[in-house]
Amino acid sequence: MARSDKTSKTGRRGFLKGAAAGAAALVAKPPLAEAQQAQAQKGVTPQPSAVQAARETTPPPHVDVYTTDRPGSDFMAEVIKSLGFEYVAANPGSSFRGLHESLINFGANKDPELLTCCHEESSVAMAHGYFKVEGKPMMVMAHGTVGLQHASMAIYNAYADRVPVYVLLGNIQDETWRRSDVEWAHSVQDCASMVRDYTKWDDAPISLPHFAESAVRAYKIAMTPPMEPVVIVADAVLQEEPVPDADRGKLRIPKLSLSTPPSGDSAAIAEAAKMLVAAENPVIIAGRAARTPAGLTSLVELAELLQAPVQDRRFRMNFPTRHPLFGGGNIADADVILALEVPDLWNATNSMTPINRFGMETKRLTKSNSKLIHIFAGDLYSKSNYQDFGRYAEVDLSIAADAEASMPELIEACKKLITADRKRAFADRGAKLGEAARKTRESDLEKASYGFDASPISTARVSAELWNQLKGEDWSLVSDVTFFSFWPLRLWDFTKYYQYLGGHGAYGIGYGAPAAVGAALANRKHGRISVNIQCDGDMNYAPGVLWTAAHHKIPLLTIMHNNRAYHQELMYVQDMAARAQRGIDRATIGTAITDPNIDYAMMAKAYGMYSAGPISDPKDLGPAIKAALQVVKRGEPALIDVLTQPR
Amino acid sequence: MKIIPILVIAAAFLLAGVALPQTPATGDAAKGKALFLKDGCYECHGYVGQGTKDGARIGPPVLNAQGLIRYVRRPSGAMPAFTEKVITDAELTDIYTYLKSIPAPKAVKDIPLLDQLK
Repeated sequence: MARSDKTSKTGRRGFLKGAAAGAAALVAKPPLAEAQQAQAQKGVTPQPSAVQAARETTPPPHVDVYTTDRPGSDFMAEVIKSLGFEYVAANPGSSFRGLHESLINFGANKDPELLTCCHEESSVAMAHGYFKVEGKPMMVMAHGTVGLQHASMAIYNAYADRVPVYVLLGNIQDETWRRSDVEWAHSVQDCASMVRDYTKWDDAPISLPHFAESAVRAYKIAMTPPMEPVVIVADAVLQEEPVPDADRGKLRIPKLSLSTPPSGDSAAIAEAAKMLVAAENPVIIAGRAARTPAGLTSLVELAELLQAPVQDRRFRMNFPTRHPLFGGGNIADADVILALEVPDLWNATNSMTPINRFGMETKRLTKSNSKLIHIFAGDLYSKSNYQDFGRYAEVDLSIAADAEASMPELIEACKKLITADRKRAFADRGAKLGEAARKTRESDLEKASYGFDASPISTARVSAELWNQLKGEDWSLVSDVTFFSFWPLRLWDFTKYYQYLGGHGAYGIGYGAPAAVGAALANRKHGRISVNIQCDGDMNYAPGVLWTAAHHKIPLLTIMHNNRAYHQELMYVQDMAARAQRGIDRATIGTAITDPNIDYAMMAKAYGMYSAGPISDPKDLGPAIKAALQVVKRGEPALIDVLTQPR
Repeated sequence: MKIIPILVIAAAFLLAGVALPQTPATGDAAKGKALFLKDGCYECHGYVGQGTKDGARIGPPVLNAQGLIRYVRRPSGAMPAFTEKVITDAELTDIYTYLKSIPAPKAVKDIPLLDQLK
C-alpha cells in the first residue's frame, strides 16, 4: 500500500483556510482590468488606480483560501509510480493539470519523468518507439478531447504494431465543474469511444479506489499478448479535489501481477514439430516473432536446429541479417511453412494483380500440398472495424498462442524427433542455404555499387557511409528503412534485438521522427548510439519533436532522407497517369515537397539541435557523419540533411 | 497521408535472358536525361538508373533501344505501360541514349566502403 497523508519532500500544501492578502486581488478583476486597458490605449504606462491602491494598502476582507495537502491527483501519482513508468510524455493540458502538478512535485518528476512534447501524436509515437527498445510501456497524458484527437493516428499505429501504450486522458465528467466554454469544449461523455476500435481496454473511473484498480488492470491488460494500447480516464474533479478525510485510510494500490504469455497447446506444438522435422523444404516466416531478445535467441535456435531458412517480414528484429539462414528459401518450393506472428500471412503466401493491371486476380504462391502452420496471438483477440487483420489465411495448423512463448517447447519437441538421418539431411540443406545467402550478399554489394558516386546521394551510399562509422559502436537503428530500399538491412550486421525495431504498424506517416526520439531515449541509459534515417515527408507532420529531443538531451543521430517528395504517392499518381495515358510529367503536382525546398538543417538549428547540410556531394557525407557522431556521443541530438535518391 | 507497404509501381525494364540484337542508339543523351527526369522514370529507377526496391537497374541498360521500347509499351512486370500517347519512340530512344551514356560502376573491390562489407 502506498497511501500517504504526509507532506511531500517538496514541502507543498498545508491546508489553510483563512485570510490572505494576495488573494484579494483575485476577486475584483474587472475594474482593474478596465483601468489598465484604458491606460494602455493611451500609450501611457499604467499607474495604480485609486481602487487598486486601496486594495493593496488596506486590510482585505475575509476570504476563504483553498489549499490542500492531499489532492486526489497525489494518490493517482502514487498509483502511476507503482506501475514503474520511467517517463510520461505529454503536451500540457488543463484537463490533467492536477495530475501534471502532482507528478512533478509530489512525485518529484522522477519515475515517471515528464517529457515535454509539442504534439500528442508525438507523445504516443515516442511511447511506441520507447517500448520497442525497452520492452515496457511509457505513459502518455492528453486531453480527453482535442489531445486524443491529435493522438489517435499514433494510437492506431501502436495498435496495429501490437505495442502497449498507456494513455491517460483528462476530462471533466461533471458538467457543473466546467468553468468556461473552454472546459465545456474540452469535455466529453465518453473519452475513449473515439479510439475504442483500436485500443484493447479503457475505463473512466468515478472514484479514487476505482482509478487505482482500473489503472493497474489497464497495465496488466496492455502487457498481456497480444499487447495493445489502453486508455484510462482521470476525471479532473477527482484529480483536483482533496481526498475526503473519510477515504484517507482506505485508499490502497492493488498488486500488479502480469500474466504469463500464452504458449501453444502441447499437442499442437508436438504436431507442428512432427511436420517440421519431416519436411524436406521448410520455411519459417517471421512477423512479430520476437517480442524480446529471448525471442530472437529462440528463433535462431529453432532455425539452426532445423536448418530452415527464415524469411523476415521486418516487423521486428527477429533474426541476424548476416546469418546464413536469413532471407533464403522459397515458399513456392516449401512443403511446410511455419509462420510466427505474421499479421499479413495471406499476403506472404499469395499474390494479387499488381496496380498496373486492371481487375483483381489472386494466385497462391505455395504448392497445393504444402502445409501451413501459424502460431499467432492475434487469434486470441480481434476487433472488426479497422481492417488491419488482413485477408483470411487458410492454415493447416493454427495455434492461438504467443510465438515467442511457444518456441522453447517447439524446439524441445523437434529435438526429440530428429534422428541422425534427419540431421544429415538438415546439414545438406543448410549448406545450400548458406551458399545462396553468400551469393545474395555478393549481389547486394554489386547492386550497391551502382550510382555510388551519384548526386543526389544514393541510399546505398548513405547506408555504407553510416556503417563505416557505426561498425565498432554499440548502435541501434531506430527507424524503418522501407523507403531506403532496405539498404541497412542488406549491408549492416544486425545481431542484437534493439538494433532494428520495424515500422509504423498501420503505416500512418508522422510516426518516424517521434518514434525515433522515444527509442533513442530508451537507448540513452544503455549508452547506445541511436540512428534515425528520417523521411522528409514524415518529419513535417510534427517537427517539434526535434525540440523535445534537444530539450531532454536525447542522443540521436538523424540522417534526413530528403528526396523532396511524398515519394510513394508520387509513384502511385505516376502509375495512374500512365494508365490514363496523359500527363506523365505532372505527377509531382501535390506530391513533391519543393518550391521552396525545406532546409532541415536550419529547422533543426531552430529547435536547438546541432545540424549540418544540406549535403548533396557524397564525398562530404562521411566527414559530416563523423562530426555529428561526436555530438551524439556527448549526449545530444544531431541532424544531417542529406539530399538523397528517391529510394 | 497513409501508405501501402508493398510497393508495386515499377519493375524491370530489362529481363534477364531476353536476347535482342544490339543496335546503336541514335538519340540525344541530353534530351534523354531531361525526359528521364520530366517523365518520372527516376521515381522508380533512380536518377542514374541505378535501380531501387521499386524499379530495376537500367543504367546502363542491357537491352538495346528496340528492346527497351518494346518493354515500356508492354511491360510484363509491375511497371505501368507507357503508350505512344504519352511518350514517343523517339523520346524513348533519347532516354535509352542517356542511360547508355551512364558509366558502369567501379568494381566492389575498388570501393573501400563496400569492399569492407564483404
